[in-house]
Amino acid sequence: MTAATLDAGGAGRNLHYVAQKRRVREDRRFVAGTGKFVQDIALPDTKHAAVLPSPYSRARILSIDSTAAAALDGVHMVLTGQQMAEDCNPIRLGLKLPDIKWYPLAVDMTRYAGEWVAIVVADNAYIAEDALELIQVDYEPLAPVIDPEQAFDETDLLVHPDHGSNVLYHGNFLWGDVVGDFAAADDSLTLRTRWGRSSTVPIETFGALARWDEGTEILDIWASIQMPNFVELLATTLGYPLNNIRLHQDVDVGGSYGVKRGIKQSVLVGYLSRKLKRPVRLIEDRLVNMAGGDAHGPDRIFDTEAAFSRDGVIKSLKIRALDDAGAYPGRAPFQLAKPISAIVGPYTINSVKYEAISVATNKTGQVPVRGFGQAPTNYMIEMTVDAVARHLGLDRLEVRRRNLIPSDAFPYQIPSGSSYDSGDYQVVLQKGLDLARYDELLQRRDSARAEGRLAGIGIATCLEPGGGNNIFEYLMDPTAEITTFMEACEVKVDPQGKITGMMGTTTSGQGHETLFATILGEELQIDPDEIRIVHADSLTALPTRSPVASRMAIMLGGAATGAAAKIKDRAMAIAAFNLERPVEDLEYAGGTISDRNDASRKLTWAEICFIAYRAYHKLPPGMEPGFHAQHVFQVPGGGQLPDAQNRVQIYPCFSFQAHIPYVEIDPGTGKVSVLDYAIAHDCGTVINPDIVRGMVIGGLAHGIGAALYEQFAYDEEGQFLSASFADYLMPSVHEIPDVKDVEHCTPSPLTSHGQKGSGEGGYLGAPAAIASAVNDALQPMGLSLSELPMRMHKIEALINDGPG
Amino acid sequence: MSKREISLSINGKAHTAAMEPRLSLLDFLRDEVGLTGTHVGCEHGVCGACSILFDGAPIRACLMLAVQADGHAITTVEGLCNEDGSAGTLQDAFQDAHGMQCGYCTPGMLISAQALLAHNSDPSLAEIKDAIGGNLCRCTGYVQIIEAIQLAARRLREAGP
Repeated sequence: MTAATLDAGGAGRNLHYVAQKRRVREDRRFVAGTGKFVQDIALPDTKHAAVLPSPYSRARILSIDSTAAAALDGVHMVLTGQQMAEDCNPIRLGLKLPDIKWYPLAVDMTRYAGEWVAIVVADNAYIAEDALELIQVDYEPLAPVIDPEQAFDETDLLVHPDHGSNVLYHGNFLWGDVVGDFAAADDSLTLRTRWGRSSTVPIETFGALARWDEGTEILDIWASIQMPNFVELLATTLGYPLNNIRLHQDVDVGGSYGVKRGIKQSVLVGYLSRKLKRPVRLIEDRLVNMAGGDAHGPDRIFDTEAAFSRDGVIKSLKIRALDDAGAYPGRAPFQLAKPISAIVGPYTINSVKYEAISVATNKTGQVPVRGFGQAPTNYMIEMTVDAVARHLGLDRLEVRRRNLIPSDAFPYQIPSGSSYDSGDYQVVLQKGLDLARYDELLQRRDSARAEGRLAGIGIATCLEPGGGNNIFEYLMDPTAEITTFMEACEVKVDPQGKITGMMGTTTSGQGHETLFATILGEELQIDPDEIRIVHADSLTALPTRSPVASRMAIMLGGAATGAAAKIKDRAMAIAAFNLERPVEDLEYAGGTISDRNDASRKLTWAEICFIAYRAYHKLPPGMEPGFHAQHVFQVPGGGQLPDAQNRVQIYPCFSFQAHIPYVEIDPGTGKVSVLDYAIAHDCGTVINPDIVRGMVIGGLAHGIGAALYEQFAYDEEGQFLSASFADYLMPSVHEIPDVKDVEHCTPSPLTSHGQKGSGEGGYLGAPAAIASAVNDALQPMGLSLSELPMRMHKIEALINDGPG
Repeated sequence: MSKREISLSINGKAHTAAMEPRLSLLDFLRDEVGLTGTHVGCEHGVCGACSILFDGAPIRACLMLAVQADGHAITTVEGLCNEDGSAGTLQDAFQDAHGMQCGYCTPGMLISAQALLAHNSDPSLAEIKDAIGGNLCRCTGYVQIIEAIQLAARRLREAGP
């Protein structure tokens, strides 16, 4: 990237397209119903798959008789786990756990209720489901392990007996002088908090369509995917070379927020399409998706000890996090590692001890969910801050003000090694308070209380790390020397001078096409509406990861800026050669390049493009003909392995938000009504205001769900109790208040335009804020809750029956 | 399984088709007619992604059989476009207010909003919330969807009857 573009930074520059309210280009196809979701793709002769879930949480599979199913008219194949395991490898796990074998279909034993034991392929999904009913499975039910604390201690009842334990990961980290800080502190307290098993639950389930082409030996995959390493996992599981697989990334993904990982689903359709020599698709139905689609989120118990001064300044934390990863861990344990990048939140906490444990239980496997473990951690930190305030009899707001990192301290390095890039926390908090009309809100709460109602105000001040480099894998597994998580793009200028940007990932609602076009337009001074954006498939894409970790504004933005600079540099070189002027004398304006000292000496964009494509004799000596540029962008500010104390920079950018909701609770039913919500948000430069605002508010609504309603519940036998939308409750428009929002801009010094991540922030703070509000409402009764979700029956029982 | 023939109107055009009686109206519209704008979300009538207008009233296409549509008039999201294929007033407002993200619930939202605005061009906030109360969105938190419907209502009022 050239210095000329780096100094752009959001602030101070006259921006034409960045930060302007402009339509989101993706919206045009969505309102017309012409989006291309995986289920909308029709290939000739496609066959349809349906899966048979296990009714038991833990059982030995004694036999499977699929004779009758296979004989049904219209059925093409019935496949069981035993057959498939002979032809494919286990799906690679995030951590190296060689004795845990994860296959797309259960082999010999089922490990959670809903695990897939067989798959049928038929002419249509109706026939496939008919055939499922004809499959006879003989199970020997076994006692399951459901409780994560029991799983941790258990030596006999093991989810994966060959692994010898239910513990998937157990690590200890120590940053700073925890012993000294605790000894020197005036006071301390302990707190147990629990984050419940919920997830993002997109309205589109997971789906995949595969076609094996014998002539080219390419397996084409269309899938509603949002996953780094997806094609690599597919290739290693199927035992194919990587370049035999082509993932089509121009598929619209109907929501993901982290969970659209569908690896076993895609392995299945890939395998079956090659066997049957026909396209095969698997679209999960809702029941299958909820019970066995591998899409549950973190399920975490925190035991926290905080040491603090009598005026409420927190000095040190000891944190033990026990996470229930379910039966097959995938990348779940890493969700304990990402939060290391912001383990003290936005506070000046001096030292931290962190014990992280991941255990297996007989539940559906956990996958990455929005924030990759940061939402539970933020919830724990904020609950701890509230507990310190309550313990000392201080105001929660004042305690936060005393602990927030001051604006003149950036870049600020926290004990675990992260350097926070920039921030203005006190000002953003004050903006949130002003927006909430905090003084009036206090009066409103107190009047409500005076009238006998339960009313509370929540406060949460939280961070959103963005754009990470995946070094957290190394923190858990020192053989995983991964220090990049790059993003790339290619920009082509065609002979007409029109611009096409090629990105290399799918998109699932974040507006990446708009983001990409906006930044190219800004840098090249061309209306973004004239720029086409396409999604390269996995064989033609440049090195990219995927749109996870609040990273695309930072990373695709950086790649786009870099490629645009190269395009401009090339145009300048052509102009300099033809105008016979040094580059320093030339000026670029909207594609036309002219001599600063003599505006009549110029080359238009059309002339430059003509020369690039047609007039080799006018190209500077040695320059290749054509007009395109590629840029691979490395994560800024990172790329190093941790030091001996496990201190490392994992994420470059840290966005900040202050959440202030107001709730009232019906004491008869325990129903919480969120009546008002103010949020002040700082993600540096906003590339598209509507997109950022939408993700902030949408994340916040998702967080309200996680705080009050959403839970994947299991009974003691491991039966899954939340398989439908009548059981797993998500907020409708009636549960979401009129949100007031305000942006603040503290540009990041590390990114192309001062931008930071914004896809997760709302969700990373709302659960903490709602919990804070509920507890504020319960405080006059001397009651509190520390377990999410705070569903109404739990609150009603607490109010009417008391604690315990 | 024996097939049954039905005749119906879809987006103003007459259709005749034969299908198994168990085929859902949703699958019929998507797989047989090729109108893939209507989306499959939960298939048990909660999420509203498959909302269509059935004789002008919003219903869930996942909860009806195709054969039940015999003799009726259906409007899908594709039918909300102008005759030249350009975006209608409501669709335009959803773009201006960015009343969506991933676009998956969007057709259902548009159908529910269309049903509201067809008889009420000056809806209150409560009326808007009631109209889309049966449509789940996981991306937006609904705020920009409400703003989009309010914007469409204002434009419809300004345009006059």
